Amino acid sequence: MNSKSNITLTINGRDHSIAVEARRTLVDAIREDCGQTGTHIGCEHGVCGACTVIVDGLPVRSCLMFATQAAGKKIRTVEGLANGDKLHPMQQAFMDHHGLQCGFCTPGFLMLAVGVLEQDPDISDDELLDVLSSNLCRCTGYQNIIKAVKAAAKDMRKG
Amino acid sequence: MSGHGTRGSGMTWVGRAIRRVEDPALITGQGRFTADLSATHWVRFVRSHVAAGKLTKIAGPKNAMLVTAADLKGVKKITPMLHKFNYKPLGQPILADDRVHFIGEPVAAVVAASEEEAEDIVDQIAVSIEETAPLTDGRAALEANAPQVHAEVPGNVILEGKIKTQEFDAVWASAHKIVRVEARSRRQNATPMEARAAHASYDPSSGRVTLTCTTQMPHLTRTAICDVLGFPESDLRVIAPDVGGGFGQKMSLASEYVILVWLARKLKSSVSWTEDRRENLIASFHSRDQYIVLEGAFDKNAKLTALKADIVSNVGAYSCYPTTCGVEPLMAMAELPGPYDVQQYQCHSRGVVTNTCTMAPYRGVSRPVITFTLERLMDKAARAFAMDPVDIRRRNLIDKFPYKSAMGLEYDDATYKETLEMAVKAIDVPAFRKSQNEARAKRRYLGIGFATFSERTGYGSPAFAARGMEITPGWETVIVSVDPSGFVEARIGSSPHGQGLRTTLAQIIADEIGIPPHMIKVVHGDTDRAPYGWGTFASRSLVISGGAALIAARKVRAKLIKMASDMLEAAPDDIVLADGVAKVTGTDRTIPIARLAREAYTQTHRFKGEIEPGLTETGHYDPPGTFSNACHVAVVEVDVETGHVKVVKFVVAEDAGRIINPMIADGQVHGGIAQGIGNALLEEIIYDENGAILTATLADYLPPTAREIPPIELHHIETPSPNSITKAKGLGEGGTIGAPAAVINAINDALSPFGVEIDEMPATPQRIRAALRAKEKAA
Repeated sequence: MNSKSNITLTINGRDHSIAVEARRTLVDAIREDCGQTGTHIGCEHGVCGACTVIVDGLPVRSCLMFATQAAGKKIRTVEGLANGDKLHPMQQAFMDHHGLQCGFCTPGFLMLAVGVLEQDPDISDDELLDVLSSNLCRCTGYQNIIKAVKAAAKDMRKG
Repeated sequence: MSGHGTRGSGMTWVGRAIRRVEDPALITGQGRFTADLSATHWVRFVRSHVAAGKLTKIAGPKNAMLVTAADLKGVKKITPMLHKFNYKPLGQPILADDRVHFIGEPVAAVVAASEEEAEDIVDQIAVSIEETAPLTDGRAALEANAPQVHAEVPGNVILEGKIKTQEFDAVWASAHKIVRVEARSRRQNATPMEARAAHASYDPSSGRVTLTCTTQMPHLTRTAICDVLGFPESDLRVIAPDVGGGFGQKMSLASEYVILVWLARKLKSSVSWTEDRRENLIASFHSRDQYIVLEGAFDKNAKLTALKADIVSNVGAYSCYPTTCGVEPLMAMAELPGPYDVQQYQCHSRGVVTNTCTMAPYRGVSRPVITFTLERLMDKAARAFAMDPVDIRRRNLIDKFPYKSAMGLEYDDATYKETLEMAVKAIDVPAFRKSQNEARAKRRYLGIGFATFSERTGYGSPAFAARGMEITPGWETVIVSVDPSGFVEARIGSSPHGQGLRTTLAQIIADEIGIPPHMIKVVHGDTDRAPYGWGTFASRSLVISGGAALIAARKVRAKLIKMASDMLEAAPDDIVLADGVAKVTGTDRTIPIARLAREAYTQTHRFKGEIEPGLTETGHYDPPGTFSNACHVAVVEVDVETGHVKVVKFVVAEDAGRIINPMIADGQVHGGIAQGIGNALLEEIIYDENGAILTATLADYLPPTAREIPPIELHHIETPSPNSITKAKGLGEGGTIGAPAAVINAINDALSPFGVEIDEMPATPQRIRAALRAKEKAA
């Protein structure tokens, strides 16, 4: 159980060479081994989506993926969303529309929404609601998350 | 915030939907949560797998560091105290010592070099328990032959409240109609997205421990832990960093945090524990588990004349600290009459112990349950009188203020009737009834449900003292300092965790001192930095900390004006503070506030001893409390084949007094309503007959997703409160209080063609189908 293998995780364009047990989940590796604590753990059984990151362009629950499965893939986390001081439109929209309160689920929602809109910029409102139902938020009642994501979608389409 | 001389431009920061200062860190992954900290040692807890029994042996692998009750010599039990209501003091051992009382109770702590290693060791530990019969149901606990959960609590009744107003019997006897509801509220879990976590670190040079943890009450956590472990509070620093939601669950003392501090002192090192979701669902705090039988006496005009209630609250295995388990049964008793004018009241309320997880406050505390019960009663009464549910409410809502309730609570100015009318208009009831009828013809079942309620908020120590609490919270302190750079720091005893208080308090202070909110930093959640305070709970922080901030800021303003008057050689009454300067009205003579601040420290000789050095002032506030109010209206569609309920529309008309930041206020209402809809339809902790929880994952315990929450339409009235110096009332809990009643009343309206009634929350598809099936069978 304890034998470790050496892998490289590429997070937000930066390589992290780490040694992990086979059972190490991706989220634990991102947080503990790579020190990127912006990605949060809410349930560790794939329901709440707080740990959502983007792997090779698609949003994934990083608690349901082993770190070794992500080796060699491109991982994006909330720390990589902004471009220097310039916020990603999704971040800006969450702020403008009060899409967060305690902020714990927020990184997961940001990565979910960015990942989906990059794949499908013209997603319908109804499909978007289905997608946003993947993650749980206990503070906002989702009203302002939906508003923020729709506003950001518009901005992202404008490029 | 009247007062002369603050705002030359007339513009105020209060009332504006400015963006939150909390957000930039949180949206960029720079929030700092407890579980982000690293430690030398990691802790996992061994928890009881049995609901009731005698602990006979705990055996683990050799060399494992295992802490059990036997190691905790001299450590006291957590024993919250109530000096009223025949309360039976009940101590909770930090780790189970002789007997276990619920599944999930900590029996040992394992310490290892990593979390994984600690978890592996926990798997190898054998706990032997001689099982005895468990008790999980509140009513069963009252039966004559029920097992005793604790020797200290004979008959399992840990507290009992009784009230009967003087003319109750006579009024009851003269009733035209008696209407009855037997309501059941199932057990729920507040389920913050961040489960609990604690990190304790020993500093060898000072001998102090810093406990960073997910708490809503950092100072009281310090007091409680130092009481239990027996060391000076000056040797413990408690930090509540970013906290990922609390909703009351992080208000009560966690025995796990005590162990962490004990370990840090023993190991002279750092130790960390992060609760997993299963632990949170089975062994953190629960709530809302109540039976209420409520009867209402009505005269021939459908006017409610008396209420009679019997409340049984299953408080679980122990009493939560500091509020005690009285929090649910006693609040239910005190506030059950709600927004209705009824002067005769009889109530018998009991808290009973069982072999279930301890209950503690959860957003709304009892009021979601009593509002649900009372609003079911009003709908049943409407039917009994063949009246419209809106009309019976019109006839009974309080409309004269101040109003003294049957329990002696004073209601300040509110708008019970006005918010009802506003919501009724917004939802367009006649149009709804038309579409309801058309839908029924197509065998689709729509329903509308109303809930009107009062929400007691922002109450200080007298309100808590009425409960006889040994630890009586209530007041708050805020220290406002202008430093020599001209920037402001406000240190507060409240401990917000998502409520946006850093933004709203800055708005309040900005208007007084005449500088913009971005120059004001609100500091909280650190016992080394913030003044002693009670934390954030009970919809109190904006009212009480906001009030204390206003008082402190007014003192700072007075001092700035005095200094400016001295330096500008003008009468104090002629000085205004605005836009960063002190100005003599009607002239162009000004002096920057930043310069006044600098002089307050560096040029004190100028003031010839007439002005004290520095620019730091303290405000304390301990208000009597105020009542917010609202009317919630839900429209639902029930699929009678599957029992599935879809909430189609939700309209709220609410009055929380003066609104400091409308964006933040609306966010609080949205979030509360979503929790209330979850409470009404989905969320239920289910125990089996052995006292094991069947809902130990988020795939079984179901907080609502975006799909279950309809667009929420909000309407506002702002009735300033005379009991709040900012004129603001609290509104953190209202959403959760009204939504279950509105949703379940709507379900009942939808099901009215079937003659079926649901008086239980959550109203799950299973319950709806069972009720329909029972009716089909009877027919």
